[in-house]
Formats: sequence, structure tokens, C-alpha cells
Amino acid sequence: MINVLNAKLRSIPAWAVYILGTLPFLWLVYLLFSGGLGVDPVKALERGVGLIGLKFLVAGLAITPLRKFLGLNLLKFRRAVGLLAFFYVSLHLTVWLALDIQFFWGEIWADIIKRPYITIGMGAFVLMIPLAVTSNNRVLSKIGPVRWRRLHALTYPVLILAGVHYALIGKVWQIQALVYLLGIVILLLTRVRFAKCCSWIWQKVTPAT
Amino acid sequence: MAKRFKSDLKHSDVTPQKHFLNRRNLIIGAGVLGAGAVAGTAFGTLGAKPAVAEGALDLTPNTLKEISSYNNYYEFGASKTDPAKYAHTLTTDPWSVKIDGLVEKPGTYDLADILKNADLEERIYRFRCVEAWSMVVPWLGFELASLLNRVGVQSKAKYVAFETLFRPDEMPAQKTSVLDWPYVEGLRLDEAMNPLTILASGLYGKELPKQNGAPLRLVVPWKYGFKSIKSIVRISLVEEMPPTTWNTVGPNEYGFYSNVNPEVDHRRWSQASERLIGGGIFAKRQPTLKFNGYEEQVADLYTGMDLAKNY
Ligand code: HEM
Repeated sequence: MINVLNAKLRSIPAWAVYILGTLPFLWLVYLLFSGGLGVDPVKALERGVGLIGLKFLVAGLAITPLRKFLGLNLLKFRRAVGLLAFFYVSLHLTVWLALDIQFFWGEIWADIIKRPYITIGMGAFVLMIPLAVTSNNRVLSKIGPVRWRRLHALTYPVLILAGVHYALIGKVWQIQALVYLLGIVILLLTRVRFAKCCSWIWQKVTPAT
Repeated sequence: MAKRFKSDLKHSDVTPQKHFLNRRNLIIGAGVLGAGAVAGTAFGTLGAKPAVAEGALDLTPNTLKEISSYNNYYEFGASKTDPAKYAHTLTTDPWSVKIDGLVEKPGTYDLADILKNADLEERIYRFRCVEAWSMVVPWLGFELASLLNRVGVQSKAKYVAFETLFRPDEMPAQKTSVLDWPYVEGLRLDEAMNPLTILASGLYGKELPKQNGAPLRLVVPWKYGFKSIKSIVRISLVEEMPPTTWNTVGPNEYGFYSNVNPEVDHRRWSQASERLIGGGIFAKRQPTLKFNGYEEQVADLYTGMDLAKNY
């Protein structure tokens, strides 16, 4: 069953993911021009692209566990998913700079330094830059898979920062944001090599019976 | 005064003519009662106060659609589009307001009775949310002071406490614990008696939409929007500073006073500027004004107070 699915997936070209991945963007643009974003289109757009960016980040993180636990192989699409995440997060930052805060540099610097959720979001964005620029075959073959993989471990802090950024935004704790954060933590835990570190901790915390 | 009416004319296009003329009379009346302090209406600010920052003077009211589709009313959900979707379930008739505490004539007052005795007038006020967006709203209401005077405030009273309806069957989010219900707010007595402070029962000359706090809400234009408590069922005069909902949620983010102040930031964002809703995607940010532009009318309530500490 999973093998049939994997075979089917293999026949889908990666560029199809890029095209599918821009549909939410086109949808937002359509809503923007049709008035569908409500009376505060700037916030709606800012949040919309932020949330789509986060979804792609989480999807990218889920690819390895899906293979590990379900045997589902989506590895081929991971680069597209990651680059789409970067595309949406860049848009998110652009909307913030250009339409929300409108290049009020004084407030921008103050926000980046003083507002934890902006500081953290900015941290996530900055860490995504080296990931995005190395997401092509040329760089991969130049620096070699070992160093490339080590660099791309940056996705983990990016995901944590992005999840915390979202969680910190609400005036009250928003369930949806906390669910995302929890999901991210769970996905990251699947990456921890249990045999090496956790079994030791496990022995410590489980009382001997 | 003459100037006031000049700027007033700006809005004749959005206000039904009959009502508009009415309003003029009523404002004159209020001016007499309030011993001139009524310069506090938005018109007064516009005409009499050239010192306010450029670019923030636009007092063209937002459309009814804008005002009634973008609301923070957590009883109906935490998203700003929730109230417009869900508030229709609220029963606002019959409605009564319990007035108690340090008053001469405590009791449960029927809304009709309160409104019958009220001098309803239109007040076009700037509305500044703590989330750094703003609107301009043509409220229909009356001065809170007139109601308080009617019930008689005892001399020991120092604060006024307000309470929103608690009815989880009709206010779905009250079944959750996003906030401690019922929503409560408070003002110092002198703030409550200021002629700028009104109880509003209408918008654009009509009944208040339910998502805007029908049938009766507070409007304190120089404070962040959450101070202007909605769907009021109880007003108590008290001696001690009463608890207020957002202050309970985050004491270091939301103070009791919560006066609009561009110099005192929210812990998580700047309050120096705001986005005026309704300008579309390229609407320009505008500087936030101290006391939301009503400095002249209310600053003396706070003389000698450190506003950075008493935020
Ligand atoms: C990996 C990077 C980032 C991700 C995944 C991300 C994601 C999000 C998400 C999911 C939201 C909330 C959407 C909602 O409420 O539905 C949001 C809101 C926001 N983000 Fe980001 N973000 C990132 C980086 C940034 C950066 C770099 C900035 C600015 C420097 C920023 C500024 C904001 C702002 C201003 C809001 C809106 C807050 C409000 O509701 O008023 N974000 N972001």
C-alpha cells in the first residue's frame, strides 16, 4: 500500500509542488482585490502569509518522521517545501516592513530589539537565509553532504523560534498557536536519537519497581 | 464654539440631516451644562486645538461596515471577525442596569427608563485600540455624569466599577476561560464625571449593533478601547480601585488607567503610531496622540502623576 503510494509520488515532478505551493498566495491576492480580506487587509495579509509560512516549515519538518514511522517517502519534495516556507516568510516580513510598520525605522529597530516576538521572528528569518541560499544542487555538491546536513540542522532552531513567535503574539494564549508549538516539539522529539540520550534519562526518571 | 460647528459640518454628509441639526442643539445644551468643558467632543478638538499632530486630524467617521465588522469582544470569540458572526444571538431586550454601591438611589434601572431621561447626542470620537489600530466612530450617547448625578453619588465614592453581562448561553466564549468572566472595568470618579465620558446606545444615529456592545456601552475616548466596556449590566460606586479584566490578565501590560500614550509602550509593541482602519492596503500609519488627541480636555485629571508608572 505505502509502496504503491510512494511509486505514485515518485512520478510527480517537484515543480508541481512549487506550483501548488503558490496557490495560497494567489488566493490571498484574489481575496485582497475582491475585498475578501475584510476591513483590515494589511493585518489579514500579514497573518495569512505568516501562517502559511509556518505550515510549510512544519510540513518540511514532518517529512523525515513520516518516512521513519509510516514509510511514506516525500524526501524528493522537501527542498520545494522549504523554499516555499522561505518565500512566505519573506513575504510576511515584507508586509510587516512595507504595509504595517511602513518603514518607520525608529519603530522597526525598537521593535526588533525590544519586542520578544519580533526579535524571535527575526531570529527565525535570519537563520532561514543560509538554508534558502544553500538549497540547490550546486552548493550541495560544493560543500558536500556532511557539511550541508550539519548546516541544515538550523531548521530545528528555526522551527522552535517560529513556534514561540506565534505563541507570543496573542493578547491571551491562543489555542491554535499552542497546538502548533506542541506539534513542533513533538516532531523535534522524533529526531532525538532515543537510544543515545533518552534511554539514559528514561532510566533515571522511571522509578525502579 | 463657532469653530466647533465649522468642523462639525464636515460630517453632515454622513449624518441624516434631521439628526444632524438635532445634534447641534444638543451639543450647545451640553456645553452649557458642562460649563464649556464640552470642547471635549471630537469637534472641539478639531477646531480648538491646532497643536495636535498633522495627519491625525482626519475625523471622517469610518463606515458602519468597518465599525461593525472589526471588533474585539472576547465574549464572542478572540478573533476580530467573531463578534459580527456570533453576537446576533444576544438578547438585548429586555435589559436593565443595576446601579449600586455608594449611591443615594440604588436600584435596578430599566434601560428604557435610563434612555428616556438621557440627553442623547452624537459624538464623533477617535477610537484607539491597545493593539495600535484606530477608527473614528459617530456614537450616539449621553454623558455618564448625567446618569451618576441622577442616582446621586455619595461623597465616599472614589471609583466607578462596570460589569458586562454574563450569559454563557448567548455569549459562547464565556464557556471557555480565555478571560475571567464577567468582564469588568473601572474608572476613577473624576474620569467618569468628565464630560467626554459617555454611555453609548447607538451608532450612526441607529441602535448599537450587538457586536459593538449593545444595548449600552461605555465610551472613554482618551483611553485604550478595552476600557470602553460593552453590554453593561451593572454600575457600582465604590471606595477602592476596582479590579479590571485586562489588568488581571497582564498587570504589567495593561494598567488601570490605560490612557492612550505614544510615549509609553505596551510591553510587546510600540504605541507611538497607529493604523487607521479603512484606508485599504496602502493606508498610511499615523502618529498616536497623547490622550488620543483629547489632552486639552483630560490632561489635568492626571497632573502630578507619573504616566509611565500609572499606565
Ligand atoms: C520563520 C519566520 C516566521 C514565521 C513562521 C512567522 C509566523 C507567524 C504567524 C503564524 C503569525 C500569526 C498569524 C495569525 O495570527 O494567524 C505571525 C504574526 C506576525 N509576525 Fe511572524 N513569522 C515569522 C517571522 C516574522 C518576522 C521576521 C517578523 C518581523 C520582523 C514577523 C512579524 C510578525 C507580525 C508583526 C505578526 C502579526 C502580529 C499581529 O497579529 O499583530 N514575523 N507570524
